Amino acid sequence: MQKTAVAGRSFTTLSGVSVEPFYEDDGGPPLEAPGEFPYTRGIHRTMYQGRLWTMRQFSGFATPEETNRRYHYLLEQGQTGLSVAFDLPTLMGCDADDPLSEGEVGKCGAPVSSLQDMEILLEGIPLGEVSVSMTINSPASVIWAMYLAVAEKQGVEWTRLAGTIQNDILKEYIAQKEFLYPPRPSMRLVTDSIEFATRRAPRFNPVSISGYHIREAGSTAVQELAFTLRDGIEYVDWALERGLSVDEFAPRLSFFLNAHNDFFEQIAKYRAARRLWAHLMRDRYGAHDERSLKLRFHAQTAGCSLTWQQPNNNIVRTAIQAMAAVLGGAQSLHTNSLDEAYALPSEAAVTIALRTQQVIAHESGVTAAPDPLGGSYFLERLTRDSEEAALDYIRRIDRMGGMIPAIETGFPQGEIAESSYRYQREIESGGKIVVGVNAFQSPDQEPIEILQIDHSAHERQVGKLRALRARRDGRAVIRALEALRRAAEGTANTMPYILDAVRAYATLGEICNALRDVFGSYQEPSSI
Amino acid sequence: MERKIRVLVAKPGLDGHDRGAKVIARALRDAGMEVIYTGLRQTPEMIASAALQEDVDVIGLSILSGAHNAIVPRVMELLREKDMTDVSVIVGGIVPDDDAEQLKRQGVAAVYQPGASLEDIVGFIRGLPARKLIPEN
Repeated sequence: MQKTAVAGRSFTTLSGVSVEPFYEDDGGPPLEAPGEFPYTRGIHRTMYQGRLWTMRQFSGFATPEETNRRYHYLLEQGQTGLSVAFDLPTLMGCDADDPLSEGEVGKCGAPVSSLQDMEILLEGIPLGEVSVSMTINSPASVIWAMYLAVAEKQGVEWTRLAGTIQNDILKEYIAQKEFLYPPRPSMRLVTDSIEFATRRAPRFNPVSISGYHIREAGSTAVQELAFTLRDGIEYVDWALERGLSVDEFAPRLSFFLNAHNDFFEQIAKYRAARRLWAHLMRDRYGAHDERSLKLRFHAQTAGCSLTWQQPNNNIVRTAIQAMAAVLGGAQSLHTNSLDEAYALPSEAAVTIALRTQQVIAHESGVTAAPDPLGGSYFLERLTRDSEEAALDYIRRIDRMGGMIPAIETGFPQGEIAESSYRYQREIESGGKIVVGVNAFQSPDQEPIEILQIDHSAHERQVGKLRALRARRDGRAVIRALEALRRAAEGTANTMPYILDAVRAYATLGEICNALRDVFGSYQEPSSI
Repeated sequence: MERKIRVLVAKPGLDGHDRGAKVIARALRDAGMEVIYTGLRQTPEMIASAALQEDVDVIGLSILSGAHNAIVPRVMELLREKDMTDVSVIVGGIVPDDDAEQLKRQGVAAVYQPGASLEDIVGFIRGLPARKLIPEN
């Protein structure tokens, strides 16, 4: 049949991939059943018929005390897992009283400078029952050690702990730019935590390989897919080098992907990710355990798609994006709140975001069958095209010698900058429409209520930290930090030493500085 | 020939989200301006001395972390100390309306919130009063 486009219009996906006027049966390979290799159609035969995804809203603000109250509220509202957002100083390994923390304490998340703050943050949360995900990268092993120490105090065996630390340092160099040390010592710390989790906390995910931030930094869907999976390959290579066998640790590798606006492109991305990972793990690494082959992922709706203009429209965007994540077979999901182009979300806005997931889960009917869109000509073609384009990138990075040399030459960073600039120009030219921003504007905008974080949060954190420094056994802290420095200079796993420092109430900043003494710091070459 | 407008695009504070800063830097360069990008995690002191050293007409600060009320006044204070009040300061990022007004009262020339158009920003910078009128030979 002749395919003719409507005169004068050509369509592209949000990522700029051209779309044909229509799709028909192109004789693609037959599909396996859901739950069968290579898991294009999902990692479980029954999918959401068996169990819904985990509804996990990322949150943290002001102080550990206020954040703890929000966690109890979210659990009472029917949320099924916790997800901790830390503030920028914590993400950058700075204590609340560090001069660099000025103006940033409690602004983007909860401040945690010591085990004391972690104890407050998790007060009354039964760690043996609730799974907790923590978005922390450069200082991940320190924060995780604090978590493990709180579990000890609650009397919960580490083998019972379920949860995730993001701990994906590669995407920091590529996209989010929260790095402390140079890439290679950072990879050693990640590998230390993978090894420690494998031996001591086998239900904990020691790394969540993240495409989310890559997409938020402006990549296309294919770039997100390709760079994320290539990062995954890098972690596997390092863990193998450490002497672990693939089926020992690969079942605990998890992924974190973006749920952006382009509905079919997103669903295709999730399906292609599963298929690619299953083949990589089986064919490149000879994994046998089925759990090593299955790509499990958390999804979050796209923060960068939220608009400042007409903020209520963000509820609709988030619902569509969340639906794509569910139709794409996500294991857990965060839905953004309507006010997040302004500030951290208010309690009212967070509740709507959670209700959005509950409506999809219980009212929409999309949970009835696994991979309900499988077999759509358009979707199957997009899935195959995404897979091929991502493989092409993966091979290019292989030829560069892996992700670390690629990062050092600025390759993924440059590809993302190019895509984000092209997208911005498309919005400027009207080639892409953003409702309420470059079309359908409203002259008057109702002001919305936004969450204010006052400066007293900072003062309270600094006060608590000073009292802690005065109270603790200073000599024990110095001894623990010195032992950690020696371990970092050698080849021992750093986790037990970090745990000892944390138990002695050494602060996050003190521990990160001890590691910096050995590893040095990293500045990326700035370029535009 | 007229001297090109020189702009320092800076990313102060701990925040590493540099998508906006990089897009703006490229757009200004494509519009024919001379753009210097500082890279990440610059202190107000580093920004003021880079502005002095590079002899810029405009400083663009990209702040998405909510720390603008701590960072921007410090930059303005340093510019006054260095007798650089003829340099225009523009802020882009997640800045609520009330804060934007407050920053303008402190001497910030413009605040661009999410969704601002590149064309508007380029046009605004071109319309700023010329700091230097000495033509290049």
